[in-house]
Amino acid sequence: MPSKKVSSKILEHELVPKHEIVSVEEGMEILRKYGIRPEQLPWIRANDPIVKAIGAKPGDIIKIVRKSPTGGEIVVYRYVVPPLV
Amino acid sequence: MTSSSYLAPEEIAKITREYLEGKVPPKVVEESVEKLTKYSLTREELEKILQMIVEEYHSNTVDPGEPVGTVAAQSIGEPSTQMTLRTFHYAGVRELNVTLGLPRLIELVDAKKTPSTPIMYIYLEEPYKYDEAKAKEIARMIEMTKIENVARRIDIDVISGAVVIELDPAMLEDKGVTVEDVKKALEKLRSKKAKVVVSETNPYEIIVVFEEGIEPTKAVKIREKIMKIKIKGIKNINKVIVQKQGNEYVLVCEGSNLAEIMKVPGVDFKRVRTNNVKEVEEVLGIEAARTLLIEEIKDTLEQQGLDVDIRHIMLVVDAMTRYGTVKQIGRHGIAGEKPSVLARAAFEVTVKNLVDAAARGELDTLPGVAENVIVGGYIPVGTTKVKLVYNPYLR
Repeated sequence: MPSKKVSSKILEHELVPKHEIVSVEEGMEILRKYGIRPEQLPWIRANDPIVKAIGAKPGDIIKIVRKSPTGGEIVVYRYVVPPLV
Repeated sequence: MTSSSYLAPEEIAKITREYLEGKVPPKVVEESVEKLTKYSLTREELEKILQMIVEEYHSNTVDPGEPVGTVAAQSIGEPSTQMTLRTFHYAGVRELNVTLGLPRLIELVDAKKTPSTPIMYIYLEEPYKYDEAKAKEIARMIEMTKIENVARRIDIDVISGAVVIELDPAMLEDKGVTVEDVKKALEKLRSKKAKVVVSETNPYEIIVVFEEGIEPTKAVKIREKIMKIKIKGIKNINKVIVQKQGNEYVLVCEGSNLAEIMKVPGVDFKRVRTNNVKEVEEVLGIEAARTLLIEEIKDTLEQQGLDVDIRHIMLVVDAMTRYGTVKQIGRHGIAGEKPSVLARAAFEVTVKNLVDAAARGELDTLPGVAENVIVGGYIPVGTTKVKLVYNPYLR
């Protein structure tokens, strides 16, 4: 079996929920819905392996569909911020 | 009432889904469907029940202004006082030690770089999964074997400038290494000029002859270096045990190296587990680290027979992963980065915090609980969280 690249493997790992980049319009809609500024969302670093794998850049909002033990599938958002120095 | 007025299970499922979707979490919808389809109900009865489900759900949600953090802290803190304080190691998995109880909990909330007992669970793919021999094959391949693991004795002959390594045939067999492998490993890693030969009198004896000779002062160092030479395997995978879980074979490893293990063919990389949260953060990202942290804390508490609601744990872990990296709870993490000077001073190292804040000219707007307790204000919890301002010009 030809070994897959690690970057595509990590997206399939059972611990990793589905991440996807949200469009600007959708992002605005989310922020309006919660009445917050983007930096008030939980953050995710730009050097996070998943962020790199899906090709998100600082300033993007990422939609994450978690499998929650209490609520089934739960949608949360994270704001991509530059990595720590 | 005639039986014809009872709804069919499919109809119940359809109405339930339509009514509840968007009003309650998907899991509640599915559970309701599962339960309700078992009963014979009329339309009126079903609608009444659904209405009550929504009401019940709303009465159970957290109210705005509820001090969930304080409640979570109390709910985790109290049961953990009942845990064994002793660093308790137990042989749960034949010959394998795992840190449990309070020491493990502290390790998790302190976001330690490496756990004191890193463990990996490696699940295998099809041909290896149900075959013990094939599982052992992979186990042997990944287990890190050093010269010291297979050597019976390592002697240094300072006069002739040679190192004599006598190998243990039993250990070679056990680790699946041949004398040739050992020879190759020795040849590869010698930077200095040295000849590696297998002794003529004893096939299990390898002699490394240094052309420049060995300085007596460095003899011990060279011996150490040779002992640590890796023959095969993956770094940090120190001991591998093949275990049967259900009907499949699982490799349990002492030590952890997620990135390398995921590359090994035959390993089911989707299910590989480690108990090293920081490593998961590096390899699989912050969301995976969050999931693992919740599971690890939950398992640690449950293992001690403590029943803590998972929502409290989830809140703590969410706070830890809020800024995109796993942060510890204590002084160098969440508590140490509170915006309020007085809240930080109330936690730990009071004088230092106050002096530093004074030197920097920090302003405290009293946003939280601790600082308002100190100044004697209302704590922003529940009804005091709401600020009402009368604006006569607002239409």
